[in-house]
Amino acid sequence: MATVERVLGKSIKRREDPRFITGRGTYVDDVKLPGTTWAAFVRSPHAHARIKKIDTAAALKHPGVVAIFTGKDMTGVNSLPCGWLLPELKVPPHMPLASDAARCVGDPVAIVIAESHDAAEDAAEKVKVTWEVLPAVSATDKATAKGSTQIHEVAPSNTAFTWQIGDAAAVETAFRGAARVVKKKIVNQRLVANPMEPRACLASYDRATGDLTLWVTSQNPHVHRLLMCAFVLGIPEHKVRVIAPDVGGAFGSKIFLYNEETICSWATKQIKRPVRWTSSRREAFLTDAHGRDHVTEAEMAFDAQGKIVGLRVKTIANMGAYLSTFAPAVPTYLYATLLNGVYTIPAIHAHVTGVFTNTTPVDAYRGAGRPEAAYLLERMIDAGAAALKLDPADIRKKNFIPKFENGFQTQVALNYDSGNYAAAFDKLLGMLDYKKFRSEQQAARKQGRLLGLGFSTYIEACSIAPSKVVGSLGAQAGLYESGKVRVHPTGGITVYTGSHSHGQGHETTFSQLVADELGVPMESVEIVHGDTGAIPFGMGTYGSRSGSVGGTALLMSLQKIKEKGKKIAAHLLEASPSDIEYTNGQFQVKGFPGKAVPFGQVALTAYVPHNYPAGLEPGLEETSFYDPSNFCFPFGAHACVVEIDRDTGQVKIVRYLAVDDVGNVMNPMIVDGMVHGGIAQGVGQALCEGAVYDDGQLVTGSMMDYALPKADMLPMYETDRTVTPTLVNPLGVKGAGETGTIAATPAVMNAVVDALAPLGVDHIETMPLTAGRVWTIMQSAKR
Amino acid sequence: MYPAAFEYHAPTSVKDALKLLDKLDDAKLLAGGHSLIPMMKLRLAQPKHLIDLGKIKGLAGIKEEKGVFTVGAMTTHWEVESSKPIKAKVPVVSETAAVIGDPAVRNKGTIGGSLAHADPAADMPATAIALGFEFVCEGAKGKRTVKADDWFKGLMTTAVKDNEVLTTIRIPVSGPGSGACYMKFPHPASRFAIVGVCAAVTVDKSGVCKKVGVGVTGAGTKAVRAKGVEAALLNKKLDAATIEAAAQKAADGVDVQPDLQGSVEYKAHLCRVFARRALEAALKRAQG
Repeated sequence: MATVERVLGKSIKRREDPRFITGRGTYVDDVKLPGTTWAAFVRSPHAHARIKKIDTAAALKHPGVVAIFTGKDMTGVNSLPCGWLLPELKVPPHMPLASDAARCVGDPVAIVIAESHDAAEDAAEKVKVTWEVLPAVSATDKATAKGSTQIHEVAPSNTAFTWQIGDAAAVETAFRGAARVVKKKIVNQRLVANPMEPRACLASYDRATGDLTLWVTSQNPHVHRLLMCAFVLGIPEHKVRVIAPDVGGAFGSKIFLYNEETICSWATKQIKRPVRWTSSRREAFLTDAHGRDHVTEAEMAFDAQGKIVGLRVKTIANMGAYLSTFAPAVPTYLYATLLNGVYTIPAIHAHVTGVFTNTTPVDAYRGAGRPEAAYLLERMIDAGAAALKLDPADIRKKNFIPKFENGFQTQVALNYDSGNYAAAFDKLLGMLDYKKFRSEQQAARKQGRLLGLGFSTYIEACSIAPSKVVGSLGAQAGLYESGKVRVHPTGGITVYTGSHSHGQGHETTFSQLVADELGVPMESVEIVHGDTGAIPFGMGTYGSRSGSVGGTALLMSLQKIKEKGKKIAAHLLEASPSDIEYTNGQFQVKGFPGKAVPFGQVALTAYVPHNYPAGLEPGLEETSFYDPSNFCFPFGAHACVVEIDRDTGQVKIVRYLAVDDVGNVMNPMIVDGMVHGGIAQGVGQALCEGAVYDDGQLVTGSMMDYALPKADMLPMYETDRTVTPTLVNPLGVKGAGETGTIAATPAVMNAVVDALAPLGVDHIETMPLTAGRVWTIMQSAKR
Repeated sequence: MYPAAFEYHAPTSVKDALKLLDKLDDAKLLAGGHSLIPMMKLRLAQPKHLIDLGKIKGLAGIKEEKGVFTVGAMTTHWEVESSKPIKAKVPVVSETAAVIGDPAVRNKGTIGGSLAHADPAADMPATAIALGFEFVCEGAKGKRTVKADDWFKGLMTTAVKDNEVLTTIRIPVSGPGSGACYMKFPHPASRFAIVGVCAAVTVDKSGVCKKVGVGVTGAGTKAVRAKGVEAALLNKKLDAATIEAAAQKAADGVDVQPDLQGSVEYKAHLCRVFARRALEAALKRAQG
C-alpha cells in the first residue's frame, strides 16, 4: 500500500479563504432573523460628567421606535466583571448602562431599539441627557496627581492597584556594584486594535423555550457566556447559546465582555424580539478596548564588560475608565514576568501602578504586556551599548542565556521551556551580512546620510496557560482547552474545538493535524468552532494558544480514537489489540501488512456493531481537555534598516529581517503570514499609530487621523526560522501569533536611534516616530 | 454611520438645479460625494435636501479649445488623471489627480466637487493656483468666471455663491519652455496633503524665468499662491541657488496650522522643502 502523504508541516493553502475572499463568509451582521430590531446607543460626549437627567420622551415618539432603556431600567443586572483579580485590586462597578456618571467619551447611558437602523440612530439623537460636566484626566502620568478628578469612589488617587515582582534588595545591591547604570523614560503609547470587522451582536430570546441565543464577535464564546450569565445577567448557562461565527480579526479586542452585547441580551427578553447592534468605526475607536499605554522609568545596570547586572522598572499602566475583563493581568503577569528577556539578568525588580483615567478601557492587544517588556529591554540594552560604547550585536551576545533544552528559571517567576537565542541571532547576522552593513553605514554617514540598524532579540510567553499557575496569580478562569473528535459511520470526521479562529486559519491547520495523525484526506475533516451549543467547552483563542493548547487537546482525542479503533480492528482481525498498529490510514497486525482493516471500516463497525468486541461501547467519538504544564516561550531575532530623510524627517524602512523560533511549525505559510502581519503592526506602533487624547476627547478617533501601517511603508521582508521544539506539549509547537508585533517595534525604534546617533541622539522617549517628531528631534539634537 | 434623513433631488438641467437651490432651505449640492457623504454619515453635516448633480447631462467631460481645457465640474478625478490630451499638454494636472485619495475615491470624486468643497489639505487647489485655473459659475442671472486667486476664500469656503453651481473649470495650456510639478507630503492616515506644492515655470532659451506660478496647499486653512517665491524667480536665471533662495519664502503668507503631524515650524519648513523640490522638478521638465 502506498504511504499516505504527510500534511502536517506543509504549506497547505487555507481552506477558509475561498469563502472569505469571495464574500461568502457568515459574519454576525450577516445573520438574519425575522422580526429583528436595531439598537443604537446614546453615549457620553464628555470624558467625565454626572448624569442629571435622561429625557426619552421625544425619542419615544420617533416613528419606528420599539423601546428605550436606561441604566435605571436594568434592575437586577450586575456590573460587568473583571476576570483577573490582583491582591487589593480596586474593582469599581462597571454597569452596562451608566446611570450615575459617564467616565469616558462613548460610555453608553441608554439603548434605543427601533424597527430600522436609521430609526434607531435618529431617535438616539433625540434622547436628551442633562449632564453636569466634571473635570477629566486622561494622561497616564497625571492620573494620580494631587488635585486630579476622582473617577471612582473605591479608588482613591485613581489607583487601581500597585503590584511588584522580583527582588528589590538584590537589585539595590547589584546597582551599587555596577560599573554603569543607564536610566531612561520609556513611553509605550496607547493603540487601537482596529480589526477589519467591527464588533457586532444579535441577541434573540425564544419565548417558547426561554432560551437565549447570542451571536457575537467573540474570540471566546464560552467565556462570553460564562461571564455574562453567571456574573451579570444571572441566567443559567444551559439556557444560553453563544455563537461566534466568522469573525473578521480581533487582535485581542474581541476577548472581552462588553456593555453592548450584554445590554442587547437583556433587552431581547424585555421586548421579546431579536435585537441587533453593529458597531460603526467611530464607535469602535471609542469603545473597543485599547492596548498598551505605559509610562515607565527603567534603569539597567552593567558591569565594565557590558554584562547586565540588574534591572529596575517602575511602570504606570493606564487602565482607562473601568477594568476591562483581563486588564489587570496585562501590565503585571503578562508584562513584568517577561522582563528577564533572553538575557542573563541576575537581579530584577519591577513595580507597577495601574491607574484609572477618563479614557476607553485598556486591555490585551496583540502581544499584551509582552511587547511592552520586549520594547523596554531592547531599548535599554541598546542604550547600554551606547553608554559603554559597545556594538549592539556584541552586547547581546555577551548577555544571552546559553542554550538550554529543558528549563531555565528566570528572576521573575517564569520557567522558560527551551531556548537557543544565540543561534537565532547568528542566523540573522548572517542574513544581514552585518560587517558589510556597518561599512556601508560608515560610507553613508560620510555623505551625510542618516542610515541606521536596529536589533530586537525577544522572547514571549505563549500557550497560555497552566490553570493552576494562573489561578494562583489571580485568574478567575482555567486556561485549558477542549477538543472533541467525532468519527462518522462512513469515516468522515467532525472536530469540535474550543479554540476560535478569527483569522488564524484553524480550519486548515487543525484539519492538517487530524489528516496527518489518522492518515485520511483533509477533505474528510470538518472543523467546528465558535458555538457553545456544539462544543463541550472552550477558553478560546488569544495569547498564541490555539496550536499548542487547542491542538494538543485535539491530538489527545485522536489518540483515544486510535486506541479504541485498535480494539475494534483487533476483534475484526482476530488479533490482540496490543498487536495492532495504526499506519497509513489502516489498522494492521504488526509485521503483517496484508492483515489490515481500513479506518473507514472500523468507523462503520463502531456504529454497526454486529461483529464487535464484548464490553466495548459502540460509537467512535472522543473528547479531551488539555491543561498545559507550562507556558511555551517562542523567541527570535529581528533587524530593521532605516534611512531618514534629512529634509522631512520621514523614516523609510530599507530592509526588515526576521528569524523566529516558534518550535515546530504546523503550516509554514500560515506562520509566515502571522509574522508578516505582526511585523506590520509592530512597525505601525513605531512609526504611525497612536491614540491621542486631548482633555479626555479622543482626537485620533477615525481612519482620517489614526494612521494604520500601509503596504507602501513596508519593504519585502526577509524571514527565516530556527526550530527549537518545546517539551511542554507533544506537538512541540510554541505559538506564532504575536512574535512579529512583539519584535518589530523595538527593532524599528533602535534603527531610528542608530540612524540619528551621529547627531548625538541615544534615546527617544515617545512613539510613534512621525516625520514631524523625527524632524523636531533632529532640530534639537546636539549638532 | 447612518446619515440623518434628507430629501433627495435629481434635476436633469443646471437650470432646474438652480431653481431647487433657490427654493429649498438648507440644501447642499451633491457631486461625487466623497467629502459630503462621509460628513453626513458622521452626522457632522445634516442638510435637509441633497441636490444631486449627477443626472445633469453635459456637466462632465474634457474639451480643448484654443489653448484652454474646459473640464466639466462633474468630471471624475480618474477621468482627469487618465485623459490623454491632459497628459500630453498639462501633465501636472493628471499627476495631481493621480495622488488624490485611492482608486475608489478617484472613480467617484469629481474635480468640481473637490474644488468647490475646498478642503484645506486637498491636492488640486495647489495646481489650480500654480496654473491659473478659472472657475465658471452659473446662477439665475447667467455665468461668471472667477480666477484661481479669487476662488479660495477660507476654510472650506470658495467664491461660489449659495445660489450658484460651479459648472466648468478652465485650465490654460502652457506654452513652450514650460514645466510643472506637484509634490506632496501625505498624511500617514488620510493621505491628504500635510503640505503640497505645485510649481509651474516657463523659461526662455537662456534659462531665464518668464512666467512662474507656485501654489501651496495643506499647511494652512486654504490653498494660497506663494507670491514671495514667484517674485524671487521671475525674470531671474533659474539655477539651484536661485530656487533654494526663493523656496525659503514658500511659507510666507500661509496661516500654518499645527496638528498631530507637526508644529507650525515643521509645516512651514515642509512648505520650503517641497517648494524647492517642486521647482527643481518643474525646471527640469521645462528644459527637458
